Amino acid sequence: MNVQFRAEPSASVSLKTAIADCDIHPARATKDELYPFLAKRWHSHLETYGIQAYHGMMEGPPYPKAQPNASRRDAWPPEGGPQGSSLSFMQKQLLDPYNVALGVLNPLATGQGLRNQDFAGALCAAINDWQIEKWTSKDKRLKASIVVANEDGIAGAAEIRKRAGDPNFVQVLLLSRNVEPLGQRRYWPIYEAAQEIGLPVGVHAFGFGGNPLTPSGWPSFYIEEMVGHAQCQQTALASLVLEGVFERYPKLKMVMIEAGFGWAPSLAWRLDKTFEKLHSEVPHLKRKPSEYIRDHIWWTTQPMEDPERRDHLFQTIEWIGWDKLLFATDYPHWDFDEPSRVLPAGVSDANREAFYLGNAKKLYGIA
Amino acid sequence: MTRHVIAPVDELPPGTRKFLDIDGRPIAIFNIKGEFFGLLNRCPHQGAALCEGPLIGLAQSSNPGEIEYTKLGEIIRCPWHGWEFDIRTGQSYCDPKRFRARAYPVNVEPGSAVVKGPYVAETIAVSVESDYVVVDL
Ligand code: FES
Repeated sequence: MNVQFRAEPSASVSLKTAIADCDIHPARATKDELYPFLAKRWHSHLETYGIQAYHGMMEGPPYPKAQPNASRRDAWPPEGGPQGSSLSFMQKQLLDPYNVALGVLNPLATGQGLRNQDFAGALCAAINDWQIEKWTSKDKRLKASIVVANEDGIAGAAEIRKRAGDPNFVQVLLLSRNVEPLGQRRYWPIYEAAQEIGLPVGVHAFGFGGNPLTPSGWPSFYIEEMVGHAQCQQTALASLVLEGVFERYPKLKMVMIEAGFGWAPSLAWRLDKTFEKLHSEVPHLKRKPSEYIRDHIWWTTQPMEDPERRDHLFQTIEWIGWDKLLFATDYPHWDFDEPSRVLPAGVSDANREAFYLGNAKKLYGIA
Repeated sequence: MTRHVIAPVDELPPGTRKFLDIDGRPIAIFNIKGEFFGLLNRCPHQGAALCEGPLIGLAQSSNPGEIEYTKLGEIIRCPWHGWEFDIRTGQSYCDPKRFRARAYPVNVEPGSAVVKGPYVAETIAVSVESDYVVVDL
């Protein structure tokens, strides 16, 4: 098959008004790019034992996902390496044309979800150092997420506190699929530390906790995996609310990343209704589940539900709050949202500004 | 409508495509098994450079469990979200009612006709001996 790719930005668009992109995935150009940030002991560990995750597949999750590396086909950097691994190409293809004033980095394939907790902690710390060295120190528009060894709450909290006050970081990053639902107490030290240093916790779809993607086993198709992420996120959110995480950490802010938000109202309604009957089971909750959700949760827009009638979208957003949505492209991944094409007409200027930039600046404390 | 001379026929063998910019419009010309087709290189969904995607076939099923794979090399899959379009017509297979890729008629003309016009030669010198790929825009 003769495919002539051009290493040029695809979009001829350039946006006049600045935006925030709250879900960018930076990648490593080479496997050993992390080595300068990892102790020698872990180089040889990696080469001798590899990476052991909780899930059963030797090679990790099935790839490719719809497009090579689950990425836009026009996002291979001209100098080689996988999509998302070149800062200069990211600038040319994303940051400059779309006028991105704030780009939040959410690295995947970090040390999160590894079985060896010491190794997980070392890899996460290395990824955090690498984000500063390769990305945030080179382009001030970019801000990093602190990735932590999520299954070891104490170590995770220590990594978060180590980064306190460092302006390179704007959030703590977790994934939705963990060994246990995210509200459980093994994760509390992470929330405590995040609240203490004043950063929101992002929960990005994906991760591999060793359980099947759906509550009733492994589905047949990738399309089921795509929608399954919303189910995982719902489990995480219900657990966070019902375990009383927001009661314990009343200043904690969380961001649901890349799992949609159209399901949020119905989950909240259902929780509220059930709570009326079963509140004695969870007496640590002082408010209705929906109130915690509306006060503590922000949502990134990629993927944004795209109902046939735009008033249905607007009704959903009104329930969530126009002040709680954060625009995201998911660059360089294949389900990328083009900033000028995602929001239907009929949105007030104030809401539009909040959607594209204002909410993110406020949440992430960017002047 | 202006007719533009794109390339000598032998510069675009079967299975290849050529990208060009005509009057500010990004266009791609494809040679599919000896036939030529033109598409606007902009996806009607969110604007990706549609024609940079892979050429695939069309998987269809009349009954669950029965899958037919046809039109091999005639369907373009968008490099972003993977929507599929028929190169011959621009028809979308995801949402045919609402979306269609803009298709342009492409012809092959002998050099003698091309030299006479009414054609605009893109960046190529034309001679009467060869055949040329010509697009209407
Ligand atoms: S831009 Fe082509 S499928 Fe979305």
